[in-house]
Amino acid sequence: MSKPHISAIVNGDPVEFLADPGMTLLDALRDELSLTGSKEGCGSGDCGACSVIVDGRLVCSCLMLAAEAEGRRVDTIEGLAQGGRLHPLQQKFLEHAALQCGFCTPGLLMAAKALLDANPDPTETEARYWLAGNLCRCTGYDKVIRAVMDAAAELRQVKV
Amino acid sequence: MAQLDYLAPLKVEDAVKALAATGSYALAGGTDLLVQLRSGRIRPDTIVDLKRIAGTIGIREEAGGFVIGAATPGAMIGEHEALSRAWPGLVEAVSLIGSTQVQGRASLAGNLCNASPAADSVPAMIAARAVCVVVGPAGRREVPVEAIGTAPGRTSLAPGEFVLEIRLPPRPARSSDAYLRLIPRTEMDIAVVGAGVNLTLDAAGVVIEAQVALGAVAPTALLVPDAGAALVGSKLDEASLAALDTAARAACHPISDKRGTAEYRTKIAGVLARRAAFIAYERAGARA
Ligand SMILES: Cc1cc2nc3c(=O)[nH]c(=O)nc-3n(C[C@H](O)[C@H](O)[C@H](O)COP(=O)(O)OP(=O)(O)OC[C@H]3O[C@@H](n4cnc5c(N)ncnc54)[C@H](O)[C@@H]3O)c2cc1C
Ligand code: FES
Ligand code: FES
Repeated sequence: MSKPHISAIVNGDPVEFLADPGMTLLDALRDELSLTGSKEGCGSGDCGACSVIVDGRLVCSCLMLAAEAEGRRVDTIEGLAQGGRLHPLQQKFLEHAALQCGFCTPGLLMAAKALLDANPDPTETEARYWLAGNLCRCTGYDKVIRAVMDAAAELRQVKV
Repeated sequence: MAQLDYLAPLKVEDAVKALAATGSYALAGGTDLLVQLRSGRIRPDTIVDLKRIAGTIGIREEAGGFVIGAATPGAMIGEHEALSRAWPGLVEAVSLIGSTQVQGRASLAGNLCNASPAADSVPAMIAARAVCVVVGPAGRREVPVEAIGTAPGRTSLAPGEFVLEIRLPPRPARSSDAYLRLIPRTEMDIAVVGAGVNLTLDAAGVVIEAQVALGAVAPTALLVPDAGAALVGSKLDEASLAALDTAARAACHPISDKRGTAEYRTKIAGVLARRAAFIAYERAGARA
């Protein structure tokens, strides 16, 4: 069996790559497309460091085959900042010191983006449950939640 | 190691043909399959992705009931308002599976066919009297959910067969359901016990039909007819709840592991069955 040829839209741009049939989307992003922002913390769906958005849904890219991405729209951390300007979530993570080592941060940011896309005005409890699949060994989560709630408030202001 | 093959057929017949070969595995959301693949627990020759087959993703109403595509992700099920109103217990069971990320992929058929005794949606589907539409080399057959799992990690599906969709029966007035599980934490853990209760009341609030199913207390999820029968004819007075509790405990033959001893699981099964019955009863009364 030859390597399948995959076409997908990654961060708005059409991309093409070859992937072994057993290759995960995470490995394809990192090794074939050099998008190394998405991290592998566990490889088993438990930590969320590999979180990306596929056709509008948050998923673990470590538990998806690259071949499944054929024709799909994939959004990764590399597409979050627009034209060199940080996304409000990224800005608020910096302001609230919501990261230390930063390994969990790309996944947390993508998960938080998916939350605010689905629910622009989450309660703190909703935000905590939504982000329960993103593990962080450094921050204790509180600063992350402050940053997400603050970014949500700012994004709501921008919209009105 | 032999090369792995990935197929994403568009037609049922092509998927059946591919799945008939030894070493072929169906892929829905991959939240069990990919974990097993990556850990080396399974070594597939071929992975057959079912998600491009028409009908495997989506929810439709038909003949008064709901039809859920076998590979429909949990998040889509949780967002469906009419389904959530009619089957709140089933929807809450699905929504308990994993994280937001897992919900973006995890399906009912995957939860069922992975055949873990602790799979959360399975007791809720059994209590709902859900039926799987199974397709395979011999055509199409309908199988009650409780007849799919035969042992941990094993199903009654023949080579080439897969679940195409899951059908929920029409909902009479004053019917509702509930699912509760006990886990040692508040999120992201495996059920120590799960209990699903589905019931229908008459206009006076008397239970006229009840189904009870339990998870994680036996090698497969169980339908417990005696537990359901204990509620029929009652308004959930203490005597009928005690009979439910006894019947639920009598059905249990669990293992002891780090999450709980067999004794503890058995006791909790009775407690959760009572509590789930209570919630289902309140909900059914509100759907007059
Ligand atoms: C972090 C994490 C947390 C989890 N938490 C929970 C939890 O709280 N509760 C719980 O119950 N589970 C949990 N799971 C397990 C898993 O998410 C569920 O069992 C899920 O429903 C599996 O569905 P899937 O679509 O991903 O299945 P897949 O992984 O695609 O498939 C699972 C199995 O079923 C077979 N299969 C899939 N679809 C079909 C079909 N249509 N016909 C025949 N066979 C089929 C596959 O071949 C495979 O053997 C968790 C998993 C992870 C990674
Ligand atoms: S690397 Fe995917 S969830 Fe941990
Ligand atoms: S900042 Fe280190 S894991 Fe979260």
